[in-house]
Amino acid sequence: MMSVNVKLDVKMAWRNIWRNTRRSVLTISAICFACMILVFMLSFQLGSYETMINASVNMSTGHLQVQSAGYHKKKSMRLVVSQPGEIGGILEKIPGIAAYTFRANAFSLVSSNKRSRGVLVTGIDPEREACVSTIKTMISHGRYLEQSDTNQVIVGNLLAKSLRVKPGDELTILGQGRDGSIAATAVIVKGILSSGIDAFDRSTMQIPLQYFQAVYSMGDAVHEVVITAKSLKKVSKIKKDIQKGIDAAGRGNGLVVLDWMELIPGLLQGIEMDLVSGMIMYLVLIIVVAFSILNTFLMSIFERTREFGMLMAIGTTPGRLIKLVLIESMSLTLVGIVLGIVCGSLITLFFQSHGIDMSGSSEFMKQYGIPARLYPRLSLVSALVGPAAVFVITFLAALFPAVGIRKLKPVEAMTHI
Amino acid sequence: MYSQLAWRNIWRNPRRTIVIMTAVIIGVFSMIFLCGLMRGMEVEMIRNNLATLTGNIQIHQKGYRADPVVENSMTDPVLLENAIKTNLPEGAAWAMRVRVNAIVSNARHSTGVTFVGIDPAKEARVSFIGKAVTDGRYLNSDDTNKILIGRALLDKFKTKIGHKLIVMSQDADDEIASTAFRIVGTFRAEMESTEKAYVFVTLSDAQKMLKLKNGISEAAIAFKGQSIDGQKEKALAQKLKSRLPDSIYKVETWPELLPMMREYLSLFDNFIYIWYFVVFIAMGFGIVNTTLMAIFERMREFGLLKALGMKPVSIIRGVITESFFLLVSGIIIGNIAGIITVFLINRTGIDLSALAAGVEMWGMPRVIHPELWIIDVITANLVVLVLGLVVSIYPAAKAARFTPIEALEKT
Repeated sequence: MMSVNVKLDVKMAWRNIWRNTRRSVLTISAICFACMILVFMLSFQLGSYETMINASVNMSTGHLQVQSAGYHKKKSMRLVVSQPGEIGGILEKIPGIAAYTFRANAFSLVSSNKRSRGVLVTGIDPEREACVSTIKTMISHGRYLEQSDTNQVIVGNLLAKSLRVKPGDELTILGQGRDGSIAATAVIVKGILSSGIDAFDRSTMQIPLQYFQAVYSMGDAVHEVVITAKSLKKVSKIKKDIQKGIDAAGRGNGLVVLDWMELIPGLLQGIEMDLVSGMIMYLVLIIVVAFSILNTFLMSIFERTREFGMLMAIGTTPGRLIKLVLIESMSLTLVGIVLGIVCGSLITLFFQSHGIDMSGSSEFMKQYGIPARLYPRLSLVSALVGPAAVFVITFLAALFPAVGIRKLKPVEAMTHI
Repeated sequence: MYSQLAWRNIWRNPRRTIVIMTAVIIGVFSMIFLCGLMRGMEVEMIRNNLATLTGNIQIHQKGYRADPVVENSMTDPVLLENAIKTNLPEGAAWAMRVRVNAIVSNARHSTGVTFVGIDPAKEARVSFIGKAVTDGRYLNSDDTNKILIGRALLDKFKTKIGHKLIVMSQDADDEIASTAFRIVGTFRAEMESTEKAYVFVTLSDAQKMLKLKNGISEAAIAFKGQSIDGQKEKALAQKLKSRLPDSIYKVETWPELLPMMREYLSLFDNFIYIWYFVVFIAMGFGIVNTTLMAIFERMREFGLLKALGMKPVSIIRGVITESFFLLVSGIIIGNIAGIITVFLINRTGIDLSALAAGVEMWGMPRVIHPELWIIDVITANLVVLVLGLVVSIYPAAKAARFTPIEALEKT
């Protein structure tokens, strides 16, 4: 019995909607427009966040790092991860890890014939590094380091420019070793790196890890074990696994596992801020749309006062009428939402394959690791969250006129003009 | 007559009018308020950037900006001083600096910084540093081997006021010069990166250490009320250029000095206009729909008017006048609400310190004081009013097309 009733209600509601085609079409268009904008904008935001995260992660930090406790804040030479090979052995066994590498850093005075600069010199494992970061692909002049290289160095292009060196030139490095001794050596520039991010290109200098360890008397210790995950989503699980593995091996005391959010806290907060300010704007948009269509809902009730009076007179309960009216307005909304999701998704998919040209502001975006073409990324979340919010708010807008039905008296309503 | 008729017509159904007016009010309010927030942020960002050793105009030796080293210094400060002094507008300040990259270190730590030699009294009127000292004291012009560093750098080095730091840099003879400086004070800045990036000593100390004689790296001119488009700066730069030989000196205004900032601002502008448009469309659907409803209800009325000889144009005019009143009422209330909100929040500002790291990443100020620009308010209102009237043409034309017969038939 119940199901027959509901079926009847839905049928009636659907026919009622199309009693005034133009009004319904306009209302649906308004909802469709809002959903379309929301789907596209959210996909766009989420897509660029992912690009930004990946750019930072690939360029420098990796998704996760194992470090000596306190190293991240203090960057002190003495806070090392000793026996990194053992950590490597633990990482090999954890699923979801794409690659890992070792790095060591020392702030040193680097001089060419003409110039001197203070630079953070990083020791990298050339083969492993190429799997973890995009550094190898950023070589613009000369060549990338090889496993057998010793006193060779790759330099960021802005740093090379300010030191006035090109591949083949000699640089001297003067710094402090792990034991406090003086670390000094001469190296040959092998390659120049161009990432487009000024901060990176101005400060990067990398030498082979083994050579670094010899020069800075590091033994076989390193400062960072850098890990990339197969996907961003797996990071928190991998983090737990690594922590467990380290604890099991009895190395849990001095070592910490940091994920990208801890390594670059500004990135996460920056993203959150952008997201929150986006949300405020979307909320305003949805509220404006809700008021825009509230009149439709109001009208569809007030112009039918007589009709409702009669239905009540022949025994329809106010509750059922409210249900009927709500089904009407919500099916209207649903049609709009579905259309909006479809249109929004199609637009998003189009730009997802073609990209959006941001070259007008490319200099600025580049500094955040955002490329000149941005690709929105359609996902279940970006396609559904906005429309869901629209649904909730329009439901509230529909509820307000609908409850007014309860106050109707059959006789008065029937005589209403 | 039109206006009186229209005004009465929109209040025939107060509930409906109020609902659609609310949509317009919220739309206009959000346009004005959010735009005010963004402008407040923009202005603060520019102010911060200019105060962080940029100034409104800078003068360098030609090659300095591409390669900021000692050998690209300006060797004739007297010529420069004369050129600036004769052109300096009322209330403006200027200062000369030595500015090179250097390494600072103590027994345990070392890091790269920008080493700045300043004339303490003059510099205080040009950049943030004069007001930024929180512990210890600011530099005096007769100080020798005293250094002022950022709070964050002090913490990073785990050192204290009164302790020594070694500064190393390349001098004019291409040798590595190193000098010990005693910390006299620490400063705080809007950005932590600023606190880590700059250390200050007196101009004469820097010149002595770098064997510069009386050479300087840059001259900065600052005046109040920086213009967003940099027009004021351009005019002054033009005057300075005529006094200084082109082959040696380069005079640049802040938009040229901070190209990133300029791009950021244009990105903001575009965003604001897109946002205006999107909000309008959301309103537009409601305006069309509501007006249509009002028209169809009054079909008989329009038919009668036509039967009595009213011209279609007059009907269109009447309906559009109704929309006009609706829009204008909504716009006025929206403006008042927006302007009041902006003014209330402008006093206290919105504090974003809780998100310090995120704020720093986007280079945003920690406290935003929203601020109204006439041009934005006018644009917002024009967008709503003009487009609102344009979309009302459709229902108006509909009303004009009712024939008396079909209209009067309708019950």
